[in-house]
Amino acid sequence: MIPIQYYLLFAGFLFSVGLVGVLIRRNAIVVFMCIEIMLNSVNLTFVTFSAYLGDATGQIVVFFVMTVAAAEAAVGLAIIISLFRNKQTLNINEINLLKW
Amino acid sequence: MIPTLQDYLNIAPILVVSSVALLEVVIKILFKNSKKWFSYISISGLLVAIYFAVYNFGAISLSFNDMLFSGGFASFFEILFCIIGILTILQSESVNKIDEFNTAEYQILILFSIVGMMIMGSGADLITIFLGLELMSICFYILAGFARKHVAANEASLKYFLLGAFATGFLLYGIALIYGTTGTTNILAIARQYPMIFSIPLHVIGFILLLIGFAFKVALVPFHMWVPDVYEGSMTNVTGLMASGGKASAFAAFLLTFSIPLGVKNMELIQIISWLAVATMFVGNIFGLAQRNIKRMLGYSSIAHAGYLLVGLVSSNSLGNQGILFYLVIYSVTTICAFGVVSFVEDEYGKNLNIEDYSGLSVSNPFLAAVMSLCMFSLIGIPPLAGFVGKYYLFASAVQSNLIWIVVIGILTSIISLYYYLRIIVFMYFKEPKTENKIILSTESKISLIFSSVLILLLGIYPSLLLSVVEKFFKL
Amino acid sequence: MVSMYQFIGLIPLFPLIGFLINGLLGSKIKSEKIIGSISVLAVSLSFLVSTFIFFEMINLPTEERLKIVTLFSWINVGSINVDISYQIDQLSILMTLIITGVGSLIHIYATGYMHGDSGYWRFFAYLNLFIFTMLNLVLADNFLLMFLGWEGVGLCSYLLIGFWYDRDFENSTTSVAAKKAFIVNRIGDFGFLIAMFLIVQEFGSLQFLSVFSQASVIPSGDKILTAITLLLFLGATGKSAQIPLFVWLPDAMAGPTPVSALIHAATMVTAGVYLLARSSTMFILAPITMDVVAVIGICTAVFAGTIALVQNDIKKILAYSTLSQLGFMFLACGVGAFSVGVFHLMTHAFFKALLFLGAGAIIHSLHHEQNIQKMGGLKKYLPKTAATFFIAAFAISGIPPLSGFFSKDEILWKAFSSGSIWLWLFGIIGACLTAFYIFRLVTLVFNGEERFDEDLHPKEVPSAMTIPLIILAVLSAIGGLIGIPHFLGGSNKFEEFLEPIFKRANYQLPIAHDEIFMEYLLMSISVALAVGGILFARHLYLKDNSIAEKISKKYNYGYKLLFNKYFVDEFYDKVVVNPIKNFSDSVLWKKLDVKIIDEFINASGRITEYLSSLFVKIQTGVTDTYVLIFVMGVVLILLRMII
Repeated sequence: MIPIQYYLLFAGFLFSVGLVGVLIRRNAIVVFMCIEIMLNSVNLTFVTFSAYLGDATGQIVVFFVMTVAAAEAAVGLAIIISLFRNKQTLNINEINLLKW
Repeated sequence: MIPTLQDYLNIAPILVVSSVALLEVVIKILFKNSKKWFSYISISGLLVAIYFAVYNFGAISLSFNDMLFSGGFASFFEILFCIIGILTILQSESVNKIDEFNTAEYQILILFSIVGMMIMGSGADLITIFLGLELMSICFYILAGFARKHVAANEASLKYFLLGAFATGFLLYGIALIYGTTGTTNILAIARQYPMIFSIPLHVIGFILLLIGFAFKVALVPFHMWVPDVYEGSMTNVTGLMASGGKASAFAAFLLTFSIPLGVKNMELIQIISWLAVATMFVGNIFGLAQRNIKRMLGYSSIAHAGYLLVGLVSSNSLGNQGILFYLVIYSVTTICAFGVVSFVEDEYGKNLNIEDYSGLSVSNPFLAAVMSLCMFSLIGIPPLAGFVGKYYLFASAVQSNLIWIVVIGILTSIISLYYYLRIIVFMYFKEPKTENKIILSTESKISLIFSSVLILLLGIYPSLLLSVVEKFFKL
Repeated sequence: MVSMYQFIGLIPLFPLIGFLINGLLGSKIKSEKIIGSISVLAVSLSFLVSTFIFFEMINLPTEERLKIVTLFSWINVGSINVDISYQIDQLSILMTLIITGVGSLIHIYATGYMHGDSGYWRFFAYLNLFIFTMLNLVLADNFLLMFLGWEGVGLCSYLLIGFWYDRDFENSTTSVAAKKAFIVNRIGDFGFLIAMFLIVQEFGSLQFLSVFSQASVIPSGDKILTAITLLLFLGATGKSAQIPLFVWLPDAMAGPTPVSALIHAATMVTAGVYLLARSSTMFILAPITMDVVAVIGICTAVFAGTIALVQNDIKKILAYSTLSQLGFMFLACGVGAFSVGVFHLMTHAFFKALLFLGAGAIIHSLHHEQNIQKMGGLKKYLPKTAATFFIAAFAISGIPPLSGFFSKDEILWKAFSSGSIWLWLFGIIGACLTAFYIFRLVTLVFNGEERFDEDLHPKEVPSAMTIPLIILAVLSAIGGLIGIPHFLGGSNKFEEFLEPIFKRANYQLPIAHDEIFMEYLLMSISVALAVGGILFARHLYLKDNSIAEKISKKYNYGYKLLFNKYFVDEFYDKVVVNPIKNFSDSVLWKKLDVKIIDEFINASGRITEYLSSLFVKIQTGVTDTYVLIFVMGVVLILLRMII
């Protein structure tokens, strides 16, 4: 059997991938996808612990997280679309009207 | 266990507000020309919710298999959020000008965000707190971009959304690690495993990540960067709601997860929080100096106030917790009142937001100028206004815990803040007016402003009115 | 049974509501009737409540009369606990009755007097605010709340003296007079403040009952106690206009006459006497202070009396008369007869309010003429005013059986029996002076030839003004009967009523033997002197004042000295005011403040602002930066945890 540490390390790695992606990517949609990777790595952690502890709570949480992420995606994409309509760009480096 | 009727009664305020919001969705679909009625429906719904919260106040209990608190602390926050909601709705005159076709959506989103706040304030389980937080945040993402024809609003909305979702990742990771090390997500069950659970590093990291998630919502330095931008770009009434309700609910969750189970006794954690508090007070006040835009300035002010509130958490005694609750009420009312004035002066989205636009306001609109000065003085903390009493209690709690240095920093930074608060008053009272435009206020707005002003004065002169309520929660 | 005591909060509440309504909405309410009625109603309702409480109190056994009603906790710092709470006892209820009773009458009077003034609502708002703060002063159960009221009445006094801010007053403006009153009072307040600090340090509390019960066990002549009482007395000299801080009261006459009657005669200026009476337990243990009080009191009484002899402004004369009568009250306190002082306070409130209101009626009917040399023969034009004024004049002169006689005679007797013949002697002189100057005034105003402008047609004032005059006249006439001393066959109900308050104080005093013969003798002397003073004044001024002029010519130097009020104002200007002004101007302001302090402050401000404008660039507006800082924060915190 694969020890729990492997799962956790993998989830942590996935989280870091998402995090670095948010840091270095410029396109708003890609940034959002990276955030989704982070959320999924958390889901993985939950499932891992759930299985390890033999407790269902962790799996239930995953369903909640998925629902929330779906709602967030809906809202987020709507926001991105309305911004694109006005600005014709999704490069977050150029979206800097509000500063200082 | 199957939920009993009592369970539903316990969460009646939450149920009432959510059903009113759903009802409005239906009305919006069925009747096309009914937009005038939405604010009245919302306000009556919130009033009913307040009634239930008061009704539940005496009996503190847990409902739905220990998922939610009700009564006491929870009722206190439910009442606060309902009042915040009512004030916001009363002040939201400008929404018609920004998007006259979607005023119903505006009301519905505000109501749902308040449901989210109430769930956060009564969560007894990390999952419920998370769900409340997300419900509130998603409503805020949309509300921030409500003026969707304006690029600034879109940008505010996008920044808030990206950073908010990013912070959610940390929050969730924190919950996951806590769950993994304790085997539960219930706050009380976690609390029973202290203090020995703190020897597990993974658990500590989980707690830190949870802290960071809340720190983002509360706007603690260095997780505060979104605040000025989002506050500037959003519709002013929404900004008021974010700055008051958003912050208060995050603090409620903060108290629930940190103070109540822990009585924050972990020294390292306290040290980290104290450094966050110091950084927040400094950055909030010093950055506030350079602002010419009043909404940005109030944004930095709200950051600074998060720092003051955190002092109460750092001192980790019952006086501090009482101080936080007391100050949250005052801060929320004052902030929402100040943003209300800003929204009336603003007149049209994005106009008249610079400090120069407040020149001679005392001549053209003495009432607004007086209310604004009252808010500014209360935010500074000048007696006999309520802000003074609140700050006094927070700092007194720190003195009680022998944290004199943090009090000294708090007072020093308050002095810095004097400059930008008083600058508005100087402009309002000692500069010649640029234009002679008279702002006509609706009765609803006047009611809201007068209510807030009276509360600010009353709680300053007669603090025991609220303190006696607050004291009951932390007699541990 | 429901006790009226618990409704004590209503007494200050009504005037507060009146103030809020008139102050916030007054400019919107156009009708004078409504504004006036709100204001009058507010004060009379308070009076009604206080009467109920009073009657409940006299039906209670003596030991149950004192009660403390706490409204809410106000300040709670360390060991100091200050509540907003009211102490109801014989002294405070008496003061409340005087304030609200005389206050209501003056409010009614003012509705007529202020008719047509553009600041009508402002006036009544201030007046109600004054009543509110004054009630806090007398009802407070601790020094701090009392001080709040003390400052509040000072503020109202300032606002009302300068009420006609656009009018001239004696070569300057009313605002100058208002500022003078405020600043001089601040000197006294300073004493009061320091005294409070000492009290906190010494007794750890500001509550009257606690402080006094601790103080009563301290041996007499204790240094700290002497310091505290002297400082409190400094506060009292400020508010009650005693030497050396009396200079503001004559100038305070710049305010409308009802204000002079209410604030600067009947109520506020007696706050000093009230303070002494309230703290009698401490004063009695400080013999040095008591001597100082008595000496200052008698000096002021005589000093002000002499000035009043030669003044020509009707309100000025009354102002100096007030000073002099206050001096008598302090004399009473100084010899330990606190209840007599309070008795005189009450009778004085009646007849001095009446005198001022009468003077107001005269001024009103002569279109703001205040010089008594330009009056005369007004008796037939203003019959009601004249009649009431005469009663007041007899009362203040101490003619039996009017109220002033009993109180003043009692003071003189106590002064005599305290063992100092000098105090008594000067007191007699002061009483004689009083009779003279007041009848000089009466004669010049009401009798003799008409010296006012011919196109003035004085006529009796409206009934809103005469009714209060008549009521006050009745009170001045019979008000003294509740305090008839034992040797005259009375029962001295008044002293008996106040006895529990001054029990500790009386205990310390040497028991005065009732030497009935001496009392009769002294009484006869003082009445004879008063009658002599009256007759002399009538003789000098009734027919023509050529004799008076001759006398003033003959003693020109003395006359000038008195007419210019002993040059005290000029002396203060030269010795105190100008040097301080010059020093502040050339050294403190232009050098220390502008050059050093301002520069330092400005520099630190500029540096902070510059730094701020530098730092703020970090807020680039690019989401990436924000995420980067966020992550850096996370890393830093995690590093701190790991290391």
